[in-house]
Amino acid sequence: MIEISNLDLAIHGQPILRDVSLSIGEQEIFGLVGESGSGKSMTALALMGLLPGGADVSGRLALDGTDLRNLSEAEMCALRGNDIGMIFQEPMTALNPVQTIGDQVAETLTIHGKASRQDALVIARDRLDRVGLGHLPLDRYPHQLSGGQRQRVCIAAAIALHPRLLIADEPTTALDVTTQAQILDLLKELVAEENMSLLLITHDLAVVSDMADRIAVMQLGQIVEQGLTHQVLEEQAHPYTRALFAASEHQPERTDGQDDDVLLDVRDVQRTYPGARRGVFSRGEPHVAVNGVSFQLKRGESLGLVGESGCGKSTLARAILGLEPVQAGSITAFGKPVGPDMPNALRSGIQVVFQDPYGSFNPRWRVERLIAEPFHLMSRPPQGADRTDRVADALKAVHLSPDDMHKYPHEFSGGQRQRIAIARALITRPDIIVLDEAVSALDVSVRARILDLLSELQTNLTLSYLFISHDLSVVRTITDRVLVMQTGKVVEAGDTEQVFTDPQHPYTQALLAAAPKLPETLSGGSHATLV
Amino acid sequence: MTRLPKALWIGAILSAVFLAIALLSLIWTPHDVETLTIADRLQPASATYLLGTDQFGRDTLSMLMVGSQTSIAVAVVAVGIGVAVGVPLGLAAAASRGSLLDEVIMRGNDLIFAFPSLVIAILITARYGPSATNAILAIGIFNIPVFARVARGGALPLWTLDYILAARTAGKGAVRISAEHILPNILNLLIVQATIQFSLGILAEAALSYVGLGAQPPTPSWGRTLAEAQTMIYTHPMLAVLPGLAIVLMVLGLNLLGDGLRDALDPRLRRART
Repeated sequence: MIEISNLDLAIHGQPILRDVSLSIGEQEIFGLVGESGSGKSMTALALMGLLPGGADVSGRLALDGTDLRNLSEAEMCALRGNDIGMIFQEPMTALNPVQTIGDQVAETLTIHGKASRQDALVIARDRLDRVGLGHLPLDRYPHQLSGGQRQRVCIAAAIALHPRLLIADEPTTALDVTTQAQILDLLKELVAEENMSLLLITHDLAVVSDMADRIAVMQLGQIVEQGLTHQVLEEQAHPYTRALFAASEHQPERTDGQDDDVLLDVRDVQRTYPGARRGVFSRGEPHVAVNGVSFQLKRGESLGLVGESGCGKSTLARAILGLEPVQAGSITAFGKPVGPDMPNALRSGIQVVFQDPYGSFNPRWRVERLIAEPFHLMSRPPQGADRTDRVADALKAVHLSPDDMHKYPHEFSGGQRQRIAIARALITRPDIIVLDEAVSALDVSVRARILDLLSELQTNLTLSYLFISHDLSVVRTITDRVLVMQTGKVVEAGDTEQVFTDPQHPYTQALLAAAPKLPETLSGGSHATLV
Repeated sequence: MTRLPKALWIGAILSAVFLAIALLSLIWTPHDVETLTIADRLQPASATYLLGTDQFGRDTLSMLMVGSQTSIAVAVVAVGIGVAVGVPLGLAAAASRGSLLDEVIMRGNDLIFAFPSLVIAILITARYGPSATNAILAIGIFNIPVFARVARGGALPLWTLDYILAARTAGKGAVRISAEHILPNILNLLIVQATIQFSLGILAEAALSYVGLGAQPPTPSWGRTLAEAQTMIYTHPMLAVLPGLAIVLMVLGLNLLGDGLRDALDPRLRRART
């Protein structure tokens, strides 16, 4: 049905895609896998005729034998939403915040002149029921919905006109694992029942291995391998496919270096936020974000904190960093109380690495100044050459060049920036590092290398990690013990292997069941050792 | 979309020309503006008087040149007051977002915004006597809430970013973070707002002088020159047109400059243009 052949794309002379050919049949799920910058989203946008300005396309993009490149913009408009629907990664920004969900689903119908506004709303109701939102009235606004519900609204709008092809660009990347599993199930069901094909774009091999009939692996604007899913996954003919596989299954080498010295002691911690302001003097009900959490972190230990968004894990992290007060319970580090008023000397013992490699640095500062910022905590910070040496050492410790200190953060890739963030966390020689989703925004191959680095640093410097993540597979590879959090409470705690192989709490079981997995026969086999 | 850099250039050149004229008039004008040469009154443009003379025999070109001093000086100081008071207030409100301090600062702003600025400026100058200083104060006070809002609005999203959290884990307080991290990153917003407030300041000064509440005679001012010429608008229209034109060109230049700077300094718009 869809036939892309020899597609070349350059934007402002910069080559983006080279010789991309693929075809999607009726009712087929086609997975397009690759890391960021591989050109997978651009392939989809080329198909939709939505490429940015300055794009230079050659090749053939055919829908049922008609070359889409020969169509006028008006004809493309008629086609978009009608024959090809699309959903995006971020359901929050894909919906208009000031329109009701009913109107947004109905819009697809009225724009294409397929229904009057009244009829369109009736169909919108039907479509929303179809995607499992039967309990939601049409006059709800996007902000009243959860992330998964918003993505369902996007899907309802995309399938409102029964398109032949639905393009889903990282549809579940921004969602929690349990929600992700539900959305993927919904997509699979829709393909089977609505006579529709699906182009599923993702960076996650595990997601496509479960869903797609055929997959194509993209690297640097080229399709390096494509074929039937099980065939590609079993044969892994191209080295890049093997590398991707190995990276997503990567197990950093770890040494068991912990002792019984308790560095961090969290006891019955409760963190509540005052309710939203209702007028000048009154407030709504307070919100309990962390509810009676206790744990200990030993020297050299790596402790995982797992949970879905909103479970309170980042709030807990900010309390441990002494950025926010706790309302009940106590946090002690190195035997001293932690809180907003804690002395700088204590602060320098606990440092942090954040998720977003782009938001972590002041864009106007050079790397040297960025890394040296925590020196502010010292009563007598190193000056001059000493300071430069310390920064250079920190850069070397994270395998960057000391010359990099004169550059600005925008000159680095995501993985390199995360190395800089780690260097900044190391500069005061702390004992505890809080890693708040530190590898979640990275591509699998970059993530594997950062995990190796973290593991190496832990061995060399006897660091204790509090590893906060929603990604269960990553937590499994890098932690000794794990805590599972749900709505502010720890529901299960124990040795990582124990919890993962024999989960006791129903929530842990649900999380593990929802996480997409690569087929057992492939993982951990001979392929993983090739990289 | 090649219009945008061009607008920036036109605005920058116009503004630079007026600034150069004002600076030049400090040391040299074709004629002295405080000497009245009644014999030469209402002369048409000639080699001696390039733009003619007014009803007191003063050289129009010299009057316009010196008048630009008044306009620019009033606008500069008024914008300075707005920046010096408004930006720290806005940064403080953003740093304590959601608190009572934030509420007090922002509602205080709203209070000032609720008054029609020019009418209050007239009230102030009428009460404390018409003078350039009072005009500056009156215009400056109304610049404060503008800059406070821009600073707060620009700072709020920055406070949620990870590098601010990182600075807090480095033990830095709100004042230090505001100065080191927030201010440099909202500077482009403030520069753009300053050019726009600058042009509004010039308009406000002209308006106050026009009603006789700005700079007092014999200091020349575009607004007053315009007011004095309006009785002769049928007999000698150029006397009113020229100061009016000066105001229009200067304000236009500053607005183009502000618009152009906003587009040039905003990386999102820069990307959209390519």
